[in-house]
Amino acid sequence: MTPSGKPDLSVSIWRGGADGAYRTYSVPSRDSQTVLDVVTYVQRHLDPTLSYRFACRVGMCGSCAMTVNGRPRWTCRTHVSRVAKGDKLTVGPLENLPVVKDLATDMRPFFEKWQDAKGVFEPSKTRDDAIEPIRPDTRQRQLADAGVECINCGVCYAACDTVKWNTDYLGPAALNRAWTLANDVRDAGQTERLQAVASGGGCHACHSHQSCQEHCPQTLNPTASIAGLKRLTALAYLRGEIEA
Amino acid sequence: MNVRLYVWQRGTAALMAPLVLVHLAVIFYATRQGLTAADILGRTRGSITWGLFYGVFVLAAAIHASIGLRNILVEWVPGLRSRAAALISTAFGAVLVALGARAVAAVVLG
Ligand code: HEM
Ligand code: SF4
Ligand code: SF4
Ligand code: FES
Repeated sequence: MTPSGKPDLSVSIWRGGADGAYRTYSVPSRDSQTVLDVVTYVQRHLDPTLSYRFACRVGMCGSCAMTVNGRPRWTCRTHVSRVAKGDKLTVGPLENLPVVKDLATDMRPFFEKWQDAKGVFEPSKTRDDAIEPIRPDTRQRQLADAGVECINCGVCYAACDTVKWNTDYLGPAALNRAWTLANDVRDAGQTERLQAVASGGGCHACHSHQSCQEHCPQTLNPTASIAGLKRLTALAYLRGEIEA
Repeated sequence: MNVRLYVWQRGTAALMAPLVLVHLAVIFYATRQGLTAADILGRTRGSITWGLFYGVFVLAAAIHASIGLRNILVEWVPGLRSRAAALISTAFGAVLVALGARAVAAVVLG
């Protein structure tokens, strides 16, 4: 029992690497408590060897994502009261990524695919050119704006069954990023980017089942971005600008 | 799936959508009118239109379904190489074409 009068939370946390197991801890319940607060309590008061990641604690850095009661979530902005089943909470590492230890996953495949999708801006001008004004009300800028607030948390990547089944699949975040750049009129790498996302593990592997959109904490819609890439690449292919 | 397979799979799907509707309409018509097998064969035998209609349908379905099977194999059979998946699905498509062509021949020829 805690001062608030609520019973303690029973929190199962993944311990170890891929062959680890869940261990259960008892954590005092508090008002407005986040899942990240719970994990931090365990590390500070119960077991200092617990490994996990966080930085900003306010939903900006994208480093705190974990699997909470079976769903990928950003833990710093997830209130226990919203997700706990009774007084029970299960916290594991993100799916679809190798576990380093406890709640920390190896995010390298996620970021390498970001590179593979050519999710990097290719400048078309130099520092000596005048800055090109981009009107915010143009259609292309609005399409780019719709997907640009990604915080690289990996929640969508963990939520996507196609990522699980097809190891080559670039995944929703990398493709969403490619789509925002495909709508950036200042970018000079468009053909190479379309070529990159039209390959075997590219946008056409997506089944549009929208798990990514359902779970994205930034309420982005990678499914729509990927559908946009499917259209753009199909047209570019039919025009002979890219190859299969 | 790459962009070439995507264009073929969605292209054949778009082609099949109206063909399926016509096919269903014909089934309804034939049953509502109480046509016998002999009545139906009397209309389809020697008909270039029905031969083309179902010939195109068979080809589109074979292409579409074999690309679909390839996708399923790539995702659901761990360790299967994409070449092997392509081979299996091409063989499957060939079987569909053969079976379909036989069925079309049976109602149009003779
Ligand atoms: C009007 C007719 C049809 C339409 C509009 C259609 C449409 C589609 C679409 C859009 C997909 C992609 C689904 C995805 O990406 O997840 C698909 C997949 C597939 N289709 Fe069709 N289809 C039609 C008929 C058929 C027929 C007649 C067959 C079998 C003979 C078939 C077999 C398949 C298979 C095996 C897949 C792969 C499933 C997957 O990728 O998840 N389809 N179809
Ligand atoms: S819509 Fe596409 S990217 Fe999103 S979860 Fe489904 S398969 Fe993955
Ligand atoms: S698209 Fe959404 S869920 Fe995916 S990495 Fe970006 S912010 Fe996270
Ligand atoms: S700690 Fe930065 S998003 Fe959660």
